[in-house]
Amino acid sequence: MAISNKPIVWGPFAAGGTLTAFLTPVLILLTLLAALGHAPDLLAHDRLHAFAGHWLAKVAIAGVVFLSLWSAAHRLRITCYDLGIRADTVVASIVYAVALAGTGASVLYLTRI
Amino acid sequence: MAEEVSRKPYVREMTSEWIFRHPRYLRYMTREFSCLFIGGWTLLMVWGLKQLAEGPAAWAAFLDCLKSPASIVFHVLALAFAVYHSITWFNLTPKALPLQVGEEFVPDVAISGAHFGAWAVLSLVVLYLAGAF
Repeated sequence: MAISNKPIVWGPFAAGGTLTAFLTPVLILLTLLAALGHAPDLLAHDRLHAFAGHWLAKVAIAGVVFLSLWSAAHRLRITCYDLGIRADTVVASIVYAVALAGTGASVLYLTRI
Repeated sequence: MAEEVSRKPYVREMTSEWIFRHPRYLRYMTREFSCLFIGGWTLLMVWGLKQLAEGPAAWAAFLDCLKSPASIVFHVLALAFAVYHSITWFNLTPKALPLQVGEEFVPDVAISGAHFGAWAVLSLVVLYLAGAF
């Protein structure tokens, strides 16, 4: 049987899809409230800084960022194929690279908090 | 003759026109396009982490950027697409995770319903913990 990398790509996609289904709408609602000038207490600098300063929160934030970006990247790759872009290797390389770069950047910023 | 034919294989032209052939295809693409908004919003939050790490002034500038009209439009669209993703995801969950108890399969509506319920509770808990109300 040929060795496939499909489970490695698809696993985080399914996990990210589930996570974003449960969590992303309410998180977007929080930043939408901030955008409308009704920022929730948590989004005050000191409170959010203290929250993100805990190692457990750092791990959770990095995990959420990775799974969200990866599942979005995977879905974008499939969408590009559906829209007639057949250069799948190029598309896959770009979208997964962006997802990993975004995750790396968030880890870097979290270490500075 | 046969050789000539095999040298020039028929490559079916693939365009994005098929999306509009059936409402079902359009709904499928709407769901798939949610990735642009979920991914885009997440990248925006990564930038927010950078601003948060840089200090109160940088964080205040980030919050000010969120208040721009373009950001508000983006947030409203992103929220709509994210909710649509959640609905389609939970509706599909019974297909991905069929649950058998004894001889019977748990009805799809029970599995979806449990997920929708958990989603509602979790959202309220997050809003409460964040001090939104």
